[in-house]
Amino acid sequence: MARLLLHFSVPLRTFDLELTLPVERTVALVGPSGAGKTSVLRVVAGLLRPAHGGVSLDGVSWNEMQPEERRVGFVFQDYALFPHMSVRANVAYAGPVGDLLERFRIAHLADARPRELSGGERQRVALARALARKPSVLLLDEPLAALDAHTKAEVRSELHELLGELGLPTLLVTHDYEDAASLADEVGVLVDGQLRQVASPAELVARPADAFVASFTGANLLRGRASRGDLTEIVLESGERVFSTDDGDGEVGVVVYPWEISLSRAHADDSALNVIRGEIGSLVEVGNRVRVRIGPVTAEVTASSAERLGLAGGGVAYATFKATGTRLVPL
Amino acid sequence: MIRRVPVLAAALAALAFLALPIVAIFARLSWGNLAHELSSSLVTDALVVSLKTTVVAQVLVLVFGTPAAYVLATHRFRGRSLVVTLVELPIVLPPAVAGIGLLAAFGRFGLLHTSLPFTQAAVVLAVVFVSGPLYVRQAIAAFEAVDETLVAASRTLGARPMKTFFRVVVPLARGGLGAGEALAFARGLGEFGATIMFAGSLQGVTQTLPLAVYAEFDVDFHTALALGGLLVLVSAVLLVTLKWLASSSTSAFRFALSTSS
Repeated sequence: MARLLLHFSVPLRTFDLELTLPVERTVALVGPSGAGKTSVLRVVAGLLRPAHGGVSLDGVSWNEMQPEERRVGFVFQDYALFPHMSVRANVAYAGPVGDLLERFRIAHLADARPRELSGGERQRVALARALARKPSVLLLDEPLAALDAHTKAEVRSELHELLGELGLPTLLVTHDYEDAASLADEVGVLVDGQLRQVASPAELVARPADAFVASFTGANLLRGRASRGDLTEIVLESGERVFSTDDGDGEVGVVVYPWEISLSRAHADDSALNVIRGEIGSLVEVGNRVRVRIGPVTAEVTASSAERLGLAGGGVAYATFKATGTRLVPL
Repeated sequence: MIRRVPVLAAALAALAFLALPIVAIFARLSWGNLAHELSSSLVTDALVVSLKTTVVAQVLVLVFGTPAAYVLATHRFRGRSLVVTLVELPIVLPPAVAGIGLLAAFGRFGLLHTSLPFTQAAVVLAVVFVSGPLYVRQAIAAFEAVDETLVAASRTLGARPMKTFFRVVVPLARGGLGAGEALAFARGLGEFGATIMFAGSLQGVTQTLPLAVYAEFDVDFHTALALGGLLVLVSAVLLVTLKWLASSSTSAFRFALSTSS
């Protein structure tokens, strides 16, 4: 397996982008917009020159190579298909077309212009074109952002399958943690040009390095002051007390994922459980599950239990979670 | 309602005033003698001179103006706006000033001490000087409108800058480039002031169609009229081409919009 190594710094408008990152399989860079994610791809492609360091593939430096000399398959955010060329000409621009049109199910569109295609079709053309280049590295900028929710799920699983087949070092950029977690073997959280944490999706959830990573991966973050004991006791800003099996001291963030929380209408008299009382806020259906806001936390419960508890009616509910279901992060 | 009457009257007066000279040329043409007048050596010589100098001048405009416009469109440097203003200056310069400037630069006693004045090459230079900026200005705008991402995509797909320029940038900018060239062509064909000062009006050498109109109007008014009619027709064809280029450069959707409205 080829190994792409990124090690460089680039001054951007408001901060320096500094990064050391080995890429062997699929690595997703996630982070808020403006964090420098796309700039990372541009450096790898040779479109942006770093001030220091650079990129190498299997130990061979790419620093002196022009973009056209680097074998990257770059799929741009809006796909950047040439509007004045047919689908076939777009693909042929990068190299021999071969069976790429059949493979990506765009053979029937060979003579169509990009503006006549749907978002999903455009993405397939962009991928076929990138592969016609016979790339040794794949770069995907927000590959799913331009798609509507309906096509997204389907395209995501197709893309996942494709990345597995290709086995190329792949760097993909997304602002959506769920896309990153479903497509990538490793996820790097990039904030203001700095990598906060690089880990597998499971690892990121199990041990978020800081409050930002935790909230970016979808966790609840409760601020409080911790003091050590058998269990760590945290007095939240609201005055409520919760316990955690994690070690912590002083100002901390308590991280709880929505699926660790269960809901009840009555106060559970179980001292082993953390309990937070709150007004029922917004309800959002996600598939067969419902995301409910209770005071400061978001919980995720099955649609049937949401109905049984009559959550749609509003009022007061209790969110309970175990001490083992919490992690503490420094603030 | 009452207010509309003076507005309408003013609009009609303006239209009539603009159309009158054009109509007059064709109204006063002696159609019977037209073939005879247009086949005089003065007319055919002027036609050949105009054709030769215009073609050479426009080739020069395209060959030198296109890279100049691309550099100005894609590079940001200190003093760029000054350079762009300098390039555009000949557009607003009085033609007589252009003529005296060309003499001051290329005249026998000018900065470069050349023997160019009053040769056919001088006609070409005068036409390039006054028409080139129109093309360059339009070409800068056309190149600036090309999506940078497409240029970047072309490079990552293995195309060198030259291939990228000819296969992506020029095709995408071609509407604007064509419109700019049509403007420059029309301006060059009608060039009078700078040419007469820098190149003179020698029949068969430097006398272009507009110069022939001027040379002939107090000698043989009807030949001058016939030449005038010819230039009106050529200009009208250029204008229609220009409009067609300007609209077809945009997407089919925009084209449909602009023709239906």
